[in-house]
Amino acid sequence: MGFEVLLKGNNMLRLLGGLGVAMYISLISVAISIVLGIILGALMTLKNPVINAISRVYLEIVRIMPQMVLLFIVYFGATKVLGINLSAEISAIIVFSFWGTAEMSDLVRGALSGIDKIQYESSMALGMNTRQTYFHVIIPQIIRRLIPLSINLITRMIKTTSLVMMIGIVEVLKVGQQIIEANRKSSPNAAFGIFATIFLLYFIACYPISCLSKYLEKKWEK
Amino acid sequence: MEEILRVENLSKRFEDISVINNLSLSVKKGEVVVIVGPSGCGKSTFLRCLNGLEEIEEGEIFLDGEKVSSNKKNMSKTREKIGMVFQSYDLFPHKTILQNITLAPITVKKRKKAEVEEEALKLLDRVGLLSKKDNYPRQLSGGQKQRVAIVRALIMHPEVLLLDEITAALDPEMVREVLDVVLSLAKEGRTMLIVTHEMAFAKAVADRVIFLEGGKIVEEGAPNDFFDNPQTDRLKRFLQTFSYEK
Amino acid sequence: MNFEVIRDYLPLYFKAFLLTIKIGWIGIALSLGIGVISAFILHFKIPVLSAIVKVYVELFRNTPLLVQLFFVYFGLPKIGISISAEACGAIGLGLLGGSYMTESFRSGLDAVPLSQTESSLALGMTKGRLFTSVILPQAFTLSVPAVVANLIFLLKETSVFSAISLMDLMFTAKDLIGLYYNTTECLVMLVVFYVIMLLPVSILGSFVEKKTRFKMFGN
Repeated sequence: MGFEVLLKGNNMLRLLGGLGVAMYISLISVAISIVLGIILGALMTLKNPVINAISRVYLEIVRIMPQMVLLFIVYFGATKVLGINLSAEISAIIVFSFWGTAEMSDLVRGALSGIDKIQYESSMALGMNTRQTYFHVIIPQIIRRLIPLSINLITRMIKTTSLVMMIGIVEVLKVGQQIIEANRKSSPNAAFGIFATIFLLYFIACYPISCLSKYLEKKWEK
Repeated sequence: MEEILRVENLSKRFEDISVINNLSLSVKKGEVVVIVGPSGCGKSTFLRCLNGLEEIEEGEIFLDGEKVSSNKKNMSKTREKIGMVFQSYDLFPHKTILQNITLAPITVKKRKKAEVEEEALKLLDRVGLLSKKDNYPRQLSGGQKQRVAIVRALIMHPEVLLLDEITAALDPEMVREVLDVVLSLAKEGRTMLIVTHEMAFAKAVADRVIFLEGGKIVEEGAPNDFFDNPQTDRLKRFLQTFSYEK
Repeated sequence: MNFEVIRDYLPLYFKAFLLTIKIGWIGIALSLGIGVISAFILHFKIPVLSAIVKVYVELFRNTPLLVQLFFVYFGLPKIGISISAEACGAIGLGLLGGSYMTESFRSGLDAVPLSQTESSLALGMTKGRLFTSVILPQAFTLSVPAVVANLIFLLKETSVFSAISLMDLMFTAKDLIGLYYNTTECLVMLVVFYVIMLLPVSILGSFVEKKTRFKMFGN
């Protein structure tokens, strides 16, 4: 069935290394997205008409443009139009951060405007000043709402990084193809075993993170 | 008895609608004043003005002889002296019951944690919720949450306590447990301003009852006179809505 | 920007656009079917089937569509199951979407308050009647926003079809860039066609979401 290829040489290790590349790109992108998303999300609650207009257009672009199209635009377009030669990895990180920041900012905005007004009022009624109210009451509640959602974003990032093979990054799928190609004669059925393994590898990478996100969401449910 | 709170010619408008209309009131130390009136009569807004949650537009408020201003810095000081409990269960969902109570004394008054916790446990015991100290608000019933909210206000040692329809969102069987706590506070001589729809409770707890309509005091008096012998037609009509006699 | 190039490429893009839409909507129709059936299985806790649905949902929600497609298109033929690229795209999208739709419909069903069931039974309704005229309409309304979000997500996911040599928009753009290096024109046309495909759905989605919210909370 083609699983025997995995045991040949360091093929399994190479696959894992490929998954590592995908994880690496997604973790960097998530980190950038969280920081920028929090800033943008906070700006969006200011109800400034200019910021609102810009962020609406931005969110709509991200909402309807496939990440693959964005990847192509940045990877091929930047070279052509701006004359900059971006590496595939940098292009991927730019695109995933662009996408993740939009998602994150929307979550932050939702979390911020979801805090009941009475939470501010009762803190003030207890004599707390604005700084104390935010520090002890508001921000801890926002963080609890955001952590499960940000963790969820990580799994979606990891899944989406599978696209980067299309712009030539050697991640797990690409490594898989290379292995299949190299063993074409000795194991003609390698495609089944390799792709089944990659399927499982992604599942093993994402499932625990999804579970953690669900668990935290339940635990911190109001 | 000495006066603790004095309101002079207070007015408040929301856009074009006048919510509080040139209202004056004096409250003595230890007095329990109950404010009743139809919905939208301005009673909640009045309490919120006292605590600076609504900006005061016209008129003056004196607490302990000192003028209360809308100035932010002074407002924090004032709020330490005026405790308030709201209609909705407004506990902090991310903190345990004990943490809910001790947060403000520790952060605002900079009191020692151990000392505050000791007092908090005593107060919790008094309202019968000592066993819930490590629970989170979502694990408590509405009546229990409201009792915790009262304790949370009490631990700040307020000179005046404002209670804004604290039983309005509760199931009927939980109203009693909350009102019992308030009644015991009245007995020990706490100064309170209470907005409520529970007429029987108003009668039992009040030293003075005020009928507010259109942002004005229409009638006020000792509870017996107020409920049994109302003077104005408007109060008579209002009280009738609470009786089921034919 | 060279408009002659755009004119020349237009028929190719249009063909790819139709193919993308065709396979996209077949996949979505499949996903709706799978979603509804799986959601019922979960809601009524049907033994054995429930467990299978749970495993299916977790497997497909936690793996990328691209990997699913590679497995079905390149892997399965090795054990004797050969599927055409088009069928593979539709089935892959249907399976992925089904796992998302299952969650959306199930949470809609679970969100209808118990009091609705009880008051309907108290009115003398039969269980079947209760389900079709009380539970289902409400559950459907409750799940609309999530379903619309899934639609947009799935239409976007069609962009990975190119990886299994389906001549969709992405494939056409990549192919033309590789052949003639008219990068700018090719990318602009790619974006325009995706906007044409997705913007109406997105706008309709926001509209429907508002409508159902009004319906639900009456304000």
